[in-house]
This record gives sequence, C-alpha cells and structure tokens, in this order.
Amino acid sequence: MLMNGDNKSVSMTDIRISDLPLNIQSCIDWVQSPESGGIDVFLGTVRNATKGRKVQHLEFEAYEPMAIAEMKKIADAVIAKWPVNKILIYHRTGKLAVGEIPVIIAVAAAHRGAAFDACRYAIDTLKETVPIWKKEVFEDGEVWVAAHP
Amino acid sequence: MGKVLTFGIAKEITGGGVVDVPFENGITAGGLRTLLQSTYPRLKELKSFALAVNGEYAVADQLINDTDEIAIIPPVSGG
Repeated sequence: MLMNGDNKSVSMTDIRISDLPLNIQSCIDWVQSPESGGIDVFLGTVRNATKGRKVQHLEFEAYEPMAIAEMKKIADAVIAKWPVNKILIYHRTGKLAVGEIPVIIAVAAAHRGAAFDACRYAIDTLKETVPIWKKEVFEDGEVWVAAHP
Repeated sequence: MGKVLTFGIAKEITGGGVVDVPFENGITAGGLRTLLQSTYPRLKELKSFALAVNGEYAVADQLINDTDEIAIIPPVSGG
C-alpha cells in the first residue's frame, strides 16, 4: 500500500489526455485532501461563436506523448513554484460539442492564493507549450485556431 | 531521408500524418525547418512553427538524424 509521503511527485500530480468526457467531480475528489484549505478549478468550455461566426463543434488533436510530457513539466513547475498539495491536468481530444469541457485543471493548496496563482499559470502555460490543436468547425467552413497571423 | 510527423494545419499542408523528407543526417533543426518551408511553401504562411525532436522542442543548432522522431509543431491551441 502506498503510504502518505511515498512517491511524492507522482502522487501529487495527475496528467491525462482522453477522448472520453471528463468528470469534474472525480477531478475535484482526486485533488481534495485534509491538508488543503482550497481547491481552484479551471474548466475550459466550448464556446458557441468566434468573431460572430457560429461554431458547430470543435475538434482537438494532440501529439500525445509530447503533450503528456509538456503537461508534466507544467505540473512539476507548479509544485516547484507554489506550496500546492495536488495538481491535476486533463485534456480532451476528438470532437466536442458546444458546452463540453476540453480541459480541466484542478489545484489544491493549504491557502487559496497559491491555488489561484498556480491554476492561472498552468492554463496560461498549457496554451503556449502543450502540442494540442483545435479546429473550429463553422456552418460555412473550418479554421485551425491560431495557425495564421 | 527521414520521417516527419505532422499535426493540425501542418498535416493538411503536407498532406499526411507522416511525410518523408529528404535530409542528410547531421542537418540542424534550423536547416530542416528551411528545407520543410521550401518543400511545403504554405508552412511560411503560418504564424510560426516549431520542430520537436524525440518529444522535445528543438533549438535551431540542434543536430538531427533520421533515427530521431521528428515532428512539425504548428501554433498550439489547446485549452
């Protein structure tokens, strides 16, 4: 049995890429611990329009081994920079409808300041470094987001 | 000759998830990037693109061999 404190860096982080719907409650349950006084959760949700064009759905593609490695780097950096107890980063791939959740980041810490700051850092960095791409599919065309100037 | 993985818009530009690219062993990442841009000119229209070698972002003077896993990383847009 894994005792508290053993295998610390592994038990503090949970990183996953999945083509199945994400369960918010199970993510919160995983980061919850008696040592934490706050949990900060960021949920990305699929928006129904971009620049006035109606979005039908999004399609997410990942370079999975590298994406997992980059997500782990983010979680490790969070643990090095802030006094947090647990961090979870999950990302979806595949086709997502409006309102579905492509990304969940949950951070638990003794105090809320670290949880807020770490969560913000994690989602901002994910958007800059993790090799995942989204295509917006409109009624009249489709666009790989951020691909062109 | 080596294989290059492509994703997102780069997959559409190159016409396949894996493309054969005629480079010599010992080419730099910067040199391969230039070769890819001349082979697939539409890559120049992208806001940016990086190369990954064996799952890590490559730096321009890094040397590449055909046994490496190479990938074109167009602008990421997760989240």
